[in-house]
Amino acid sequence: MDDKTPMMDELEKGPWPSYVKELKKAAKKSDAAKDLIKVQERSFEEKMTMWKHGGIVGVAGYGGGVIGRYISRPEEFPNVQAFHTLRINHPSGWFYKTDRLRELLDVWEKHGSGLCNFHGSTGDIIFLGTTSEHLQPIHDEITAIGWDLGGSGSDLRTPTGCVGPARCEYACIDTLDFIYNITMEFQNELHRPPFPYKTKIKASGCPNDCVAAIARADFSIIGTWHDNLRIDQDGVKEYLDSGFDVQGLVVNKCPTNALEMVNGKLELAWPEDCVRCMHCINMMSKAIRPGVDKGATILVGAKAPVIHGACLSSVIIPFMKMEPPYTEFKELWLKAMDWWDENGRTRERISELIDRVGMRMFLRAIDVEPVPQMVYRPRANPYVFFDKGV
Amino acid sequence: MATTDIGPPDYKEMLPEVIAKNYGKWKYHEDIKPGVLKHVSETGDEAFTVRCGSPRLVSVDLIRDLCDIADKYCDGHFRFTSRYNPEFITPNKDNIEPIIAAIEKIGLPVGGTGRGISNMIHTQGWIHCHGAATDASGVVKAIMDEMYDYFVGKKTLPQKLRISLACCLNMCGAIHATDLAVVGVHTRVPTIDHEHMTVLCELPTTQASCPTGAIRKHPDPNIKSVTVNDDKCMYCGNCFTVCPAMPIAHAEGDGIAIYVGGKVSNARKAPMFSRLVIPYIPNNPPRWPEVTSVLKNIVEVYASNAHPFERVGEWIERVGWERFFKLTGIPFVEQNIDDFELARDTLRTTTQFKW
Repeated sequence: MDDKTPMMDELEKGPWPSYVKELKKAAKKSDAAKDLIKVQERSFEEKMTMWKHGGIVGVAGYGGGVIGRYISRPEEFPNVQAFHTLRINHPSGWFYKTDRLRELLDVWEKHGSGLCNFHGSTGDIIFLGTTSEHLQPIHDEITAIGWDLGGSGSDLRTPTGCVGPARCEYACIDTLDFIYNITMEFQNELHRPPFPYKTKIKASGCPNDCVAAIARADFSIIGTWHDNLRIDQDGVKEYLDSGFDVQGLVVNKCPTNALEMVNGKLELAWPEDCVRCMHCINMMSKAIRPGVDKGATILVGAKAPVIHGACLSSVIIPFMKMEPPYTEFKELWLKAMDWWDENGRTRERISELIDRVGMRMFLRAIDVEPVPQMVYRPRANPYVFFDKGV
Repeated sequence: MATTDIGPPDYKEMLPEVIAKNYGKWKYHEDIKPGVLKHVSETGDEAFTVRCGSPRLVSVDLIRDLCDIADKYCDGHFRFTSRYNPEFITPNKDNIEPIIAAIEKIGLPVGGTGRGISNMIHTQGWIHCHGAATDASGVVKAIMDEMYDYFVGKKTLPQKLRISLACCLNMCGAIHATDLAVVGVHTRVPTIDHEHMTVLCELPTTQASCPTGAIRKHPDPNIKSVTVNDDKCMYCGNCFTVCPAMPIAHAEGDGIAIYVGGKVSNARKAPMFSRLVIPYIPNNPPRWPEVTSVLKNIVEVYASNAHPFERVGEWIERVGWERFFKLTGIPFVEQNIDDFELARDTLRTTTQFKW
């Protein structure tokens, strides 16, 4: 068989770091990685994937964290006949101490292809490519050094949060602590798929939403504040003195026209109009900061297209204080999961269930009163239910 | 049996000293130069961050190289951003240039901050996925080679611009709300392996998986299988996800669609979905030149037309989609008009529009 891989070689060129170089580094030590380069070349030639539909593999006691993968042409690519993936739950904020990380890498090099993703879409470290007999030893060895598998399948997927108060002045909630806390609290839901389908929790410290919680998490926790943003006039003067166009780039771009320049001072002239969008803070971080009464807006329902189209999360709790042990959040989440588990069809995400039976049924199930912050505008149609009477 | 449910390591063990000490006390930050941030604390402490790009699909050797840099300059700590960018944090300003030199020595570009293009969020593609309609790592490499100057800060844009790629309609990773979204698409109906259907698939689940109800029980009661109404199929591949006996991948039919103008940030305008502008570009490995040239054109038209600090979607919503198609020269075709469940929300119910 021809071992030349001209298309792979082409992707070693160019200024952006090349994954093909990474594959070739791994191939020096792993026959599976060597075959993977050939698999990729063949896919490029035939414009098709070479991988078969999954397979049930796993580790003892868990129902997730491992994704089975087999090649469709084992005779051509014998070293990747089985090429399973493991998801390793990352530490909050993706901070690493090198000695701990090196220990983890050593386990993977011993038992797998030596290829990984830092990180996968869920936020986990992805170990890419090993055989079935190595799965349990990997799990045994990583738990012995203080690591554990992440989620997959119809479970709580690995919760993820932004860098938060660790290195961001915008953070209105402690995303790292919150994510670590709920990850530890809901280990059972994370490791043993109990639900109709996958469900996700992601937390961003402010409305800039650097982990895209509003677009991809069934429960989106987004930091915000209930009082007024803080403006430091000395800081404003510094921006003005540097020639920065405060009027044009900040005041004029406020989406609700809540800001005004008055005699060289930047004022939140209409505080009740501020929607805490972050634009002015992003532009003038030395002079403008979030308020001090901090918490989170809880939004529900985001997901990607399959089945009934992509959804963004929508407001359910406009403001919730987020202090350990996060009891109010946990109770809300458990109520929502109970309702979804009870009423959801197989492979129906919670937003699809809400759309099918109506938001009012969801609000009743989680004991939340309707408020106007939940909608852009009320309904226009006359198709109204009065199933609780008038 | 191994220990179970121990969870991930406590993040507190992983934090560098300057971070642990100033946790929650950060006051403001500045972009010093491309790839370098300075954060200042209420305590007066400063933390300097050097950010670089990575290919996401990496060997353990590359991660060990990153560990070496962290050991030498950052007291054995480093982190990653949500877009796969390694970051080195130090309280010592004099470490910045040596860190940059060390990063460049292992072949990674310093950048990804400010008003440019950061690393691409992407999926597995032909490296590891059974449902991929296109590759991921290869297409990303080709696109980022083209966008390199926007990552390292040689070129800047009106506002940050995020590119993401998903190798099928499942769109793993918020692809549906990104400035430029590259999405693998099938364009042929699935084939049905009647013989293996009952062995491989559960029929009710398979029927329920179809968003348009195109899959029905086979009319012949002796054939335990399903049929597909070709007219209703829009090739989402969800049936294949639940039923291996309905393969949908097709070498000549599969390709890439381009969606534009989404965002997740709440800054100024509310978060927005990306919108379909090009329904199909054939797969053309190894460098997908048609895809990269289309993206380059959109980025350049945005750069020369948007107001300062406008995201792509904000710019398009201000000037109008009719202007977007005119300015970019992208042909408007029937697939651009929605015909799924909420289609009517996108139809123009006013006489206000631009010529």
